[in-house]
Amino acid sequence: MFNTRLTCAIASAVALCLASAATAQVDVAIHYLKQVVDAPPTLSNLDPIPEDLGIRGAELGAQENNTTGKFLGQTYSLIVTEVFEGEDFAEAARAALAETDLLVLDAPTAQLLAAADLPEAKAALLFNAGAADVALRDETCRARVLHALPSYAMKADALMQFFVTRRWDEIALIAGERPEDQAWAETLERSARKFGLKFGARKTWAFDADMRRNAAQEVPLFTQDLGDYDVLLVADAADDFARYISYNTWRPRPVAGSEGLRAVTWHRVVEQWGAAQLQSRFTKLADRPMLDRDYAAWAAVRAIGEAVTRTGAADAETLRSFMLSDAFELAGFKGSPLTFRTWNGQLRQPIPLVHERALVAQAPLEGFLHQRNELDTLGLDQPESGCTAFEN
Amino acid sequence: MKLPILTTLTAALLSTTALADEIWVTNEKDDTISVIDIETMEVVRTIETGERPRGITFSKDFSVVYICASDSDAVQVMDPETGEILYDLPSGEDPEQFVLHPDNRHLYIANEDDAITTVVDTETRTVVAQIDVGIEPEGMAVSPDGKIAITTSETTNMAHWIDTETQTLFANTLVDSRPRHAEFVKDGTELWVSAEIGGTISIFDVATQTEKAKIDFEIDNIHPDRVQPVGFEFTNGDTHAFVALGPSNHVAVVNAETYEVEEYILVGRRVWHMDFNRDRSLIFTTNGVSGDVTVVDVASRKALKSIKVGRFPWGAAFRPTE
Repeated sequence: MFNTRLTCAIASAVALCLASAATAQVDVAIHYLKQVVDAPPTLSNLDPIPEDLGIRGAELGAQENNTTGKFLGQTYSLIVTEVFEGEDFAEAARAALAETDLLVLDAPTAQLLAAADLPEAKAALLFNAGAADVALRDETCRARVLHALPSYAMKADALMQFFVTRRWDEIALIAGERPEDQAWAETLERSARKFGLKFGARKTWAFDADMRRNAAQEVPLFTQDLGDYDVLLVADAADDFARYISYNTWRPRPVAGSEGLRAVTWHRVVEQWGAAQLQSRFTKLADRPMLDRDYAAWAAVRAIGEAVTRTGAADAETLRSFMLSDAFELAGFKGSPLTFRTWNGQLRQPIPLVHERALVAQAPLEGFLHQRNELDTLGLDQPESGCTAFEN
Repeated sequence: MKLPILTTLTAALLSTTALADEIWVTNEKDDTISVIDIETMEVVRTIETGERPRGITFSKDFSVVYICASDSDAVQVMDPETGEILYDLPSGEDPEQFVLHPDNRHLYIANEDDAITTVVDTETRTVVAQIDVGIEPEGMAVSPDGKIAITTSETTNMAHWIDTETQTLFANTLVDSRPRHAEFVKDGTELWVSAEIGGTISIFDVATQTEKAKIDFEIDNIHPDRVQPVGFEFTNGDTHAFVALGPSNHVAVVNAETYEVEEYILVGRRVWHMDFNRDRSLIFTTNGVSGDVTVVDVASRKALKSIKVGRFPWGAAFRPTE
């Protein structure tokens, strides 16, 4: 029923030589489960979403784990299952959990929670590599779910830090009608308040015209009554209309959010901190640039590899405790070690702010200080998070 | 950042410097080498190289200079007098760093994109061996007796120990995240390996390949995540190590006997690598982001001057001109 395949064979059996460290043979099986979501129709078809999004990132992570593993007697196998619309994601997760207790999930919030709430998942370790929902890091968090993908709150905070730095103090916003657009808009507004920025006019984009022909006529009028502002945010999760806003606004102002300056998990323009090497390994494997969800899946699989390497163990309990301890850190090619927040399982990480052709800045920006870790200026900090599942 | 020139100190040092020795600096994003005259502390020559030059080392007699032109997939051999590229050595893909064996003949090259260490005979210009190592090999070292070569792999987080006789691995030791640089010290009895993301230097007993100590770094008012040890070099007699700490913009001075950090010196932004002048009284650090080289007085542990070079300076190598 599900499209399952074994993509990463066991590493070469030709043992080179084993390290003086942990030499016991360890075999680790990771199951990557993807809910295939039919994207809503968009005005432009210029940028199709790759069908292997996420999957390729997990594959690269498994390859890298195996390269390290061959010096330590550790092997990693990756099983990929795609669940199509109409199929039962929780059922697929149950089947996967019968084989391994290490799952990477690329699915919307509802499916993710359905999998996490299975009795079979009680002692498993699940990684969220597909849902940016803030609630999953807040009161609807689950103790067995760690989040490799940054939340919308982390991305919103990254943008606001940039606006504060540039003194773009007044913000206007256009959001789409879809629930995800509205949620992204709420998060942006909350973040703006947190950073003391002034949130002005907010409009909902409800056009159904084909903007490829008439954006130049519609957008100036639509943005005329936004009043004055320093930057225009656009919340368009499906990448439907945002691309038609830039340069067509009534006032000449920069656009950010879903278009223009964007806060991302990863992007081809990220080159510093050894990122160029990760980019070239990925491009060699997938024949396309690495995207947000590829990076999240890669980070999840690499986090498992790093924890196995350091502990010599492969059981979910040991790996989870190690990942949530001070001893864990993952080199994520973003300039700071990546670690997990102990209060909600979110992977701390810098957020690149990019436009299509260059990195503009990387959050946290200089001057945004935190008593524990500057990365905690992005997203839900301990006092802000309503997550209690991690207290024990 | 501009650092004040301590004129009296500089003058005192200059008087003891023989002839106009040079520091050669590779500029990663300019595809050039900046040659600094140690006497005038100015760039006197800029030489074009292949794409993305990083590792740089002179032959033992200084007759040629080897340059890792990473994006040209070549190790270039240059006549340092004329700046002319004489020929390319076969190097494997994306050479980043290398080390010249004490036999002055074999280069051990880290091929960053290929998870391979390539051994090249510089006389016959052929590849002698290719050794599978971890992902993103970078740091390279050879023991003074020439028997052991080391490759550190940045993503696998290991030091790989190569028997140079058989060109095979005989040990792999885990270190902290993103190992960058390795050096044998104290007559080859110790191996030091820096870990950029781990923020540490691990010290191994070479005879047993076991870790005997680990150095941590801590700078007031700088978050530990920004304290990222990369290149390091030793003073005369291996008594102290000068350690570049990346985006913390500091160099640490480590007592190599006690493994204690004695001092942190502010230099330029994202400090990478360094080399000494002839008598090791001065050290020159490459500062990637600020595009300059900081000159530090070893005895007083003070920064004397910063010298503007090309974009993203990376490697540094001393050249005597006698």
